[in-house]
Amino acid sequence: MIISASGLRKDFTVNRKVGRLRRERHVVSAVDGVDLTVRRGELLGYIGPNGAGKSTTLKMLTGVLTPSAGEVRVCGLEPVAKRTTLARRIGVVFGQRSQLWWDLPLAESFDLLRHIYQVPAADHAARLARCTDLLGLAEFARTPVRQLSLGQRMRGELTAALLHGPEVLFLDEPTIGLDVLSKQAVREFLGELDQRGDTTVVLTTHDLADIEKLCKRLVVIDHGRVVHDGTLDALHARYGSRRTIVADLDADWPADVCLPGASVVSVEGRRVTLELNGTTAGEVVAALAKAVPLRDLSVREPQIEDVVARLYRRD
Amino acid sequence: MLSASWALAGAGFRRYATYRQATVAGIFTNSVFGFLRCYVLLAVAAGTAAGVAGYTGPQLATYVWVGQGMLAVVNSWTMLDLADRVRSGDITADLLRPIDPLWTYLWTDLGRAGFAMLTRFAAPLVVGALAFELYAPAHAVTYVLFAVSIVLAVVVGFACRYLVGLTAFWLLDIRGVSMIWVFLSGVGSGLYFPLALLPDWLSTFLWIGTPFASLLQGPLDILVERGGPEILALQLFWAVALLWACRVVQARAVAKLVIQGG
Repeated sequence: MIISASGLRKDFTVNRKVGRLRRERHVVSAVDGVDLTVRRGELLGYIGPNGAGKSTTLKMLTGVLTPSAGEVRVCGLEPVAKRTTLARRIGVVFGQRSQLWWDLPLAESFDLLRHIYQVPAADHAARLARCTDLLGLAEFARTPVRQLSLGQRMRGELTAALLHGPEVLFLDEPTIGLDVLSKQAVREFLGELDQRGDTTVVLTTHDLADIEKLCKRLVVIDHGRVVHDGTLDALHARYGSRRTIVADLDADWPADVCLPGASVVSVEGRRVTLELNGTTAGEVVAALAKAVPLRDLSVREPQIEDVVARLYRRD
Repeated sequence: MLSASWALAGAGFRRYATYRQATVAGIFTNSVFGFLRCYVLLAVAAGTAAGVAGYTGPQLATYVWVGQGMLAVVNSWTMLDLADRVRSGDITADLLRPIDPLWTYLWTDLGRAGFAMLTRFAAPLVVGALAFELYAPAHAVTYVLFAVSIVLAVVVGFACRYLVGLTAFWLLDIRGVSMIWVFLSGVGSGLYFPLALLPDWLSTFLWIGTPFASLLQGPLDILVERGGPEILALQLFWAVALLWACRVVQARAVAKLVIQGG
């Protein structure tokens, strides 16, 4: 296991004003007993609502925050005690922070990182060439970082985090605020990284499309605790996510129609939405076509947003 | 490690080299104030037979014009972006690098000082040399001592500003601390007038008891040959002591950050 954490916990002390002068100290657990293991080469989605404890966990895994309790090992090292040693073996991108030199062209930041991480020139050149190719860096490599768009900067940040060949890449909301094309570029790049299998990736995001497209395994955290650890399909199964059929009819919906294996979710005018209960869409559509004339029809896959929203709401 | 140091210094140099208009504006301002200060001190010197605190006219003119140039090199008035990075949380990125942030900032600042030497130091000096009679050191070794002294002054100035920046870990807003620093370092470093003008006890205290004299007064006295290696020794002492203090304070600041979060 390249990452292992057990009983990981972080308490913060918060002072709250009570009355005019008195203050009460409260202990808030941002992370409350997280157990997590990640295999080498895995791409793990780590999601949760705002304030769930995602970033706090990431800070503990990277060694910038001391856990209040629990055991944690990354690359076999205790992160806080060995932060500088660990820094050579991990890459970190915080979507809302920058590790690039603001006033200098992107290419110079990359060159500085080569010296700071003492990367052999040939390795650096090879990794940079690959990132330049996959992320399309060439057109803005000579532009000062302060003049880059958010999407361009994020591509630069990803490259900067990978140039020293880290074993683990921590990404904290790398697609936040990006336009569709930039998001796509970042996702494709991470997909390619995953396929090569030599870098373990821990990805936190609010963009569930990132998860759907990239992560086989998903860990959901809420109020500092892990509430789901498994595949996306397992999450759908657990919350009974179902496919739906939306049908536009040529006649009014006959209230007495009986469709085995499906239940009616809503009827709006001549549009009816049905939910499948373990039957195939074909069987339901055939039965529907017999009962009522159809004009149009679509089958919708369960939406990850709905499932995760239900999870966050603890339905 | 050495290559990283040079690369960081190079980055510091290029970073400031991108702001050409600011450099030109800085040179202009330094030169205007150079004339003001020089005329005032020369007028005072003209009124006394023994010069100002033992400085001759050309020594005073050199004191002023080299001092105006050194202002941007030592850069006491501009804070490091350390405090901003602490406040914004970007300091996390610095802590996730395999190099101690103290050395990253120091080498970057030395690069910045190198750029300032070539522009902000050189240009006002040329202006001063054209308009006034400057003091030419009698011994060649003075130039070497002065060069070493400037490097030490930059390191001392850096370490002081780094300490001011580190207070952001506790205060978040360092404006109060930096105002106190700018005032004390201005008066104590001999920026406004030579420290020899002050009563002996106060001047001695500022020289030995504070790092301020190591910033400007020390290198300037070496250049006008009123002092030699003993000033370098004092500067070296302050450079080492302050860098050590930076390390100790930074360790506590980082411990606070990683334990309490932020």
